[in-house]
Amino acid sequence: MAQTATTAPERAVEAAKISVRGVSKIFKRDGKEVNVLDNINLEARKGEFVCILGPSGCGKSTLLNIAGGFLKATTGSITIDGEEVNGPDPRRIFVFQERGVFPWMTVEGNIGFGLFKLPKEERRHRIAHYVKLVGLEGFEQAYPQELSGGMKQRVEVARALAVNPDVLYLDEPFGALDSITRLIMRSELLRMWEAERKTILFVTHDIEESVQLADRVVVMSTRPATIRRIVEIDIPHPRDISSPRYLELRDSIFEEIGLAHKV
Amino acid sequence: MRRWESYFWPLVALVAVLILWRQGVIYSGTKVFPSPFEVQRGLAELIRKGLLWGYIGDSLFRVGSGYTLAIALGIPTGIILGWYPNASSALNPVIQLMRPISPLAWIPLSIVWFGVSNFAAIFLIFMASFFPVVVATMNGVHNVPPMMRNAGVNFGLSPAALFRRVIFPAALPQVLVGLRIALGISWLVVVAAEMIAVDSGLGYLIIDSRNAGKRYDLVIAGMLLIGGIGLCLDLSIRRVELLKSVRWGFRNE
Ligand SMILES: Nc1ncnc2c1ncn2[C@@H]1O[C@H](COP(=O)(O)OP(=O)(O)O)[C@@H](O)[C@H]1O
Ligand SMILES: [Mg+2]
Repeated sequence: MAQTATTAPERAVEAAKISVRGVSKIFKRDGKEVNVLDNINLEARKGEFVCILGPSGCGKSTLLNIAGGFLKATTGSITIDGEEVNGPDPRRIFVFQERGVFPWMTVEGNIGFGLFKLPKEERRHRIAHYVKLVGLEGFEQAYPQELSGGMKQRVEVARALAVNPDVLYLDEPFGALDSITRLIMRSELLRMWEAERKTILFVTHDIEESVQLADRVVVMSTRPATIRRIVEIDIPHPRDISSPRYLELRDSIFEEIGLAHKV
Repeated sequence: MRRWESYFWPLVALVAVLILWRQGVIYSGTKVFPSPFEVQRGLAELIRKGLLWGYIGDSLFRVGSGYTLAIALGIPTGIILGWYPNASSALNPVIQLMRPISPLAWIPLSIVWFGVSNFAAIFLIFMASFFPVVVATMNGVHNVPPMMRNAGVNFGLSPAALFRRVIFPAALPQVLVGLRIALGISWLVVVAAEMIAVDSGLGYLIIDSRNAGKRYDLVIAGMLLIGGIGLCLDLSIRRVELLKSVRWGFRNE
């Protein structure tokens, strides 16, 4: 290994886990072309928490779906550990809003959904471990319709973590939750991330959310989306959301997007 | 509502209807319409003669056979149509054209093909329940949210496993709605089929009682039996909808 990293902060020692190179996406609908992503370049290091922040409809989900292998980029490519993304893969799990849980299965069934290759005993162990990690003990046999929105979201995160993926893609996962539950879920997610150190791409349109969670915030423009700026959030967790540095970073993003933060 | 009330008021209503019926028969002095007691005596006579269970059994057998056949062919057909958009856009016009045709319109052909036999009746039941099952299954499979499909694919499921573990369970509530509609229609159709195509069963009981001796007490007895058994069939298929693995699909339960 060369000495490239000697002066950089220690995290930069790790090579890029995910790299997005020159990704553009044009949808063709009714003979018209919709230009959604325009030459996106982006890297995420192993174990890094990256937020993709942008207004609704700018193409965040499209980008995440390309990274997940559900959509093809029109030009450009995404590689993970140097390997080009060609389709969905259990090593990188996509977490939707809570609507992605399977309503016909119990909590246990959902969390164990991806563990079909494991022997029974090990599967049981894993399920129990992740039920505990997301704090759903006592609800193993409950069906999703008996759970609150926040609990369903925990089930989905647990289902993703249980298959031990390298990468998690979260697409506005807390968007449908009430604001109190959303705050709780953010700190829960951080706790799990600190326990398991997955590389996370987290899409949101909520500036506060991005600054509370991310190592880096990728600020996107309106459609066709380009990257306006990448903001390093150099505040250790747990973050004091009234500290001067937090406010400074948050406000700089507000300004970047062209919003005065007065109501 | 308290527990006893949910039984009490329906019972009161039932008794009231029976009283109204009886008084109506007495005041009008009708010679045709039987009173509840005559109907009850008619029923007892049927049991005594050993006809009742046989008729019920025959009707249920015809419905059971035609309906089972419709499920066995209709669900796979619906799955294929729901899964391959090309197949459904090719076949959908035909299906939509066949669907509004009353199953009873098939009676002449069924008699030509099968004669006066069980097969004619079973064929009519099949025609009645096949389309509701196909259409419900097709829509069920077609309407599985892409998000769920994607989630299944993401965890590395093979196409067969994806179908078994995601698509089918996701479509199941809609399929059950189709099964319930089809069962209801089958029970309606079996009565008509038995009036024409066979010589046993509850439909035959009704038409034969009228033709053979103007036994309107037996006509009404047959009608009540049909209503009662139809209700039981519907209640039992509704119980399936209460299973937790499908209840999510029935919003207002
Ligand atoms: N399959 C598609 N066909 C055509 N247009 C699409 C398709 N998917 C998304 N779009 C368009 O792309 C734009 C970006 O969508 P999306 O990525 O979902 O935005 P975001 O997640 O940032 O809100 C929207 O204007 C949407 O209408
Ligand atoms: Mg989106």
